[in-house]
Amino acid sequence: MSNDPTHQFLVNKIVPIEIGGIDFSFTNASLFMVATVGAAAGFLYLTTSQRGLIPTRAQSVSEMSYEFIASMLREGAGSQGMKFFPMVFSLFMFILTANLLGMFPYFFTVTSQIIVTFALAVFVVGTVILYGFYKHGLGFLKLFVPHGVPGALLPLVVAIEVISFLSRPISLSVRLFANMLAGHITLKVFAGFVASLSAFGALGIGGAILPLIMTVALTGLEFLVAFLQAYVFAVLTCMYLNDAVHPGSH
Amino acid sequence: MFVTAAYAQSTTTEGAEAHDAAAAGEVHTETGVAHEAEHGSGVFPPFDSSHFASQLLWLAITFGLFYLLMSKVIIPRIGGILETRHDRIAQDLDEASRLKGEADAAISAYEQELTDAKAKGHSIADTAREAAKNKANADRAAVEADLATKIAAAEARIADIKAKALSDVGAIAEETAAEVVKQLIGGTATKAEIAAAVKASAGN
Repeated sequence: MSNDPTHQFLVNKIVPIEIGGIDFSFTNASLFMVATVGAAAGFLYLTTSQRGLIPTRAQSVSEMSYEFIASMLREGAGSQGMKFFPMVFSLFMFILTANLLGMFPYFFTVTSQIIVTFALAVFVVGTVILYGFYKHGLGFLKLFVPHGVPGALLPLVVAIEVISFLSRPISLSVRLFANMLAGHITLKVFAGFVASLSAFGALGIGGAILPLIMTVALTGLEFLVAFLQAYVFAVLTCMYLNDAVHPGSH
Repeated sequence: MFVTAAYAQSTTTEGAEAHDAAAAGEVHTETGVAHEAEHGSGVFPPFDSSHFASQLLWLAITFGLFYLLMSKVIIPRIGGILETRHDRIAQDLDEASRLKGEADAAISAYEQELTDAKAKGHSIADTAREAAKNKANADRAAVEADLATKIAAAEARIADIKAKALSDVGAIAEETAAEVVKQLIGGTATKAEIAAAVKASAGN
């Protein structure tokens, strides 16, 4: 069973909880959500507790992530978008930490669950829709009517804009989910080759070198993907929030 | 009877999902494959909707908590740190530019004083040179005046002596003439005659 590449995504109940006939058990996924929050918040809290004027290395990391997201949001959504900074920063840190924790062997990858990434994407798009209508009323619908489009093409363009808007939560969630899932499966498959080939004696061990190199390379790639997908999620969140802040501007 | 039928029905429904209706409870002891089938209901694990509710609830709890921690504690704190540093840097830059201004002022004051001192030195030198020149001129004039008076006195004396000598020449000539006449002719000539003769020869 340990060679089954999808085994790592199984959700196991740790503390069974059932409320109103619905299963709300504390699972290994829940455990790693708690671990993600604990690790990210703990790191940020402890590294900044000195409030050093001259930062230590760890404090620099926290400050860099803060400034990284702040500049990303300011570029993406302008200074009016800065009220969403806690949201984008939380999303980025949560996803990044969950992705990186998933790189530990035997750890559960929270972001490899479609329901988790979908919930995060719905949270983003829901915020965009709610804030857009709250701030601009029906003017938010200008989002679907780009400037300078000939009248004849307008219905077609509006239809395309609506479809593209509605597909956002799907593309946003599937991108993150699929990247994490595929990466972990690939890693597991190549690592599995190493284990099963080396069971065939000396020749097998010789043959296992190639998948071993592959596994090492893929591990590096997966760390890149872990960061990159958190970054992509945050960047797209900034772009979508820009639509909520300035609906007529694109 | 009714209860048993319901139980049977429920196990059948469960079994349809789990590939193995009869021994749903015992399967996990037999083989690993069946163990997984029991867990994931044969569905690809991430798409297994049976735990979606639990995932959503725990995500809401953990992410909500994380969001609160970030917005109430971490972000104000890091923002404060960066703000403080920014202020401090701005303050230091202000201080530096203030000090630079002071240094510039000190340099210009120094240069001003240097220029003043040079000018003063020049003027002192000029005055001294002027005074020395004036004194030299005055001394020279005094010496020249002194010399001029001395020359004038000497010339007056020479003229005096010359006039006196010239006036004596007549008397000496008269005496000499009287003596010469006496020696030559043994007689005497009157004084009046001799004086007339001298006057006549002097007139020649």
